[in-house]
Amino acid sequence: MKKLFLLFLAATFSMAVQAQEPASEPALNQKQVPSVKLVDMSGKAINTAELTVNGPVIISFWATWCAPCKKELNTIHEVYEDWVAETGVTLIAVAIDDEKTKSQVAVYVNGKAWDYTVLMDPNWDFKRAMGVNNVPHTFLVDKNGFIVYSHNNYAPGDEEKLYQELLKLSEK
Amino acid sequence: MKNARTLLVILLLSQGSFAQGNISGNMETVFQYLNEDSIINAKQPMQKGLINSYMNVFYTQGNFKAGMRFESYLPRIQGYPNRFDGTGIGMRYVGYQNDFVDVTLGTFYEQFGTGLALRTYEDRNLGYDNLLDGMRIVLRPGKGVVLKGVYGTQRLSFQQGQIVHGAGLVRGTDAEWHLNEGLTFLKDKKLDVVLGASFVSKFQEDDNPEWILPQNVASYGGRLKLTYGNFYADAEFIQKGQDPSSDNQYIYNNGHAAIFNLRYTKKGLGILLSGKSVDNMSYRSDRTKDLQDLLINYLPSLNKTHTYNLVATLYPYATQPMGEVAYQADVLYTFKKGTTLGGKYGTTLGLNFSTTYRPEQTLNGIDLNDSSRVVYHTRPFALSDSLYWQDINFNITKKFNKQWSGILSFYDIKINNDVVKVSDAQGIIHARIAVLEGTYKINSHNAIRWELQGMWVQKNEDGINDKGNWATALVEYTISPGWFFSAMNQYNYGNADVSKRVNYPIITCGYIKDATRLTLSYGRQRAGLFCVGGVCRPVPANNGLMINLTHSF
Repeated sequence: MKKLFLLFLAATFSMAVQAQEPASEPALNQKQVPSVKLVDMSGKAINTAELTVNGPVIISFWATWCAPCKKELNTIHEVYEDWVAETGVTLIAVAIDDEKTKSQVAVYVNGKAWDYTVLMDPNWDFKRAMGVNNVPHTFLVDKNGFIVYSHNNYAPGDEEKLYQELLKLSEK
Repeated sequence: MKNARTLLVILLLSQGSFAQGNISGNMETVFQYLNEDSIINAKQPMQKGLINSYMNVFYTQGNFKAGMRFESYLPRIQGYPNRFDGTGIGMRYVGYQNDFVDVTLGTFYEQFGTGLALRTYEDRNLGYDNLLDGMRIVLRPGKGVVLKGVYGTQRLSFQQGQIVHGAGLVRGTDAEWHLNEGLTFLKDKKLDVVLGASFVSKFQEDDNPEWILPQNVASYGGRLKLTYGNFYADAEFIQKGQDPSSDNQYIYNNGHAAIFNLRYTKKGLGILLSGKSVDNMSYRSDRTKDLQDLLINYLPSLNKTHTYNLVATLYPYATQPMGEVAYQADVLYTFKKGTTLGGKYGTTLGLNFSTTYRPEQTLNGIDLNDSSRVVYHTRPFALSDSLYWQDINFNITKKFNKQWSGILSFYDIKINNDVVKVSDAQGIIHARIAVLEGTYKINSHNAIRWELQGMWVQKNEDGINDKGNWATALVEYTISPGWFFSAMNQYNYGNADVSKRVNYPIITCGYIKDATRLTLSYGRQRAGLFCVGGVCRPVPANNGLMINLTHSF
């Protein structure tokens, strides 16, 4: 039994090693956006695995009680039109507010005149599936649904790095 | 051995297809090395070092899914619930999903409607985890229709590396219908309608020698969501049957919870008005438990979640499940760019008001000596004049130029400490807090942020103001995208007891690379309430080193 377990471990590790290999094509087991059914602010159902049908997306996990998250999204808001025009990107702002503050999400989003697609994740199903520990956590996803960059923080200037990664993606 | 070799071959061969699956997850480790500090009454644990770790691993391939979480508490960090120890599997499931059916066996997290009837969730920062362990089916039989069924027992604690389950069984079913997706004549109409209904039942054996207790207790209700252009309204009402428990001193009253939100939003403006009524609504899968144990439902508190440390952790409010009536108004308005008040970049003004009262309970027609043990009458949203909570706050956010931006905030908070018990004081604690925050962007990668906070606690008739006044100063330097350094001091300068006028200095530095984040902090941390979503846990004062590593994969 013990041997079997070791073998299983070895097999898992060898898979993990394979996953590390750089490849021009996305590796078969590169992380892809999982399928979770969420709703947007008006209650319309959205499957997260289908977010990239119109091109690359930025998935940004945030909450109304998270100051750096709001700072990040407000900063991107100032340049968002340019990013969309240059790269065709869509920003999906996933609000992890639970029922306590969920109703304030639309107040904030509209009060700030954001043009993002906003999804509600009140019981953290998508947050869990994406392996998010804390907010803000921002992912850049290519048009095939593969995660090409992620960053678990926001400090002024981080949007520059995200933009560079986005440009790299749209040049491909 | 031969079998093992065969297995290896099979594994290697199958790896081609196996590898097409998707593995993802995340981990966190928190380590504390604590010093003895008699000034703030912080104790050094016998082990000196404490460590919490967990790792989630999720696997999906096609329609198949599986996941698990290893947890380890060797021993648990300070302030974490005292029922966590050992290393082992705290969550595990297998499942299958396609567009029609989604089945999970094992552990799962689920929420019906707004959670007033059922919500199982986890918050690792709080140590809260009331997952259901059993079976869940989600069906999507038609466009816009979602049917759910759940059956299981809840996670009570995690001891010697194993899940400890609660005594009761939880069963529930929920239906939701988004009319505009299903009905062709409503498609693309301005009016958008969502209807929903839930039924939840718990079973626990009656082992009480004193009373004849209901072994099956149900809660049920409906909800509605309407959107019409810029207007939005939602409401949910849940009724609960007789549920004698140690929370309600074994009374046989029914319970209810109701919540509504009205909202108007347009570009640059958001207005929200919310109301909530709760009576006798503690609903647990073990009637003898208390605090945050084995709650089946979730009763959100109706107020803003504050983030600055003085206002967030000294006097936070959590829902009183035995009864409360609460209202909240929230407004956010952005003055447009180029106007007098808007300036070059626009100015945002936020206003928020929340208040909570004890419900009105009457004894009309109640005979306290009869055998019914129905001990009062109440009506939804009928409030008494006994204040539990009030918060009036506003903030102004402004960007001055490419370098400078700032936020000014003010809070006026009243909390009834006889009910909420956040400290030792009696009666209403009245605190005013002002915070000024500024950010200076040196260049495209370097920035400095600072906060100045003051809390002034008003004296009551007896001249007492709890722990008195506080001040906090914080400065943070960030180098994008990798580094941050911060130093903070909190000072209880107004404590009536001069020996308790203590400074709480702490320094933190952090390194972030993509989805990995490492932070180190050293210093004193004041005792306080750590709250997420209205659920709070008290954290004792401590002094020492804390290392935190998180990673997603």
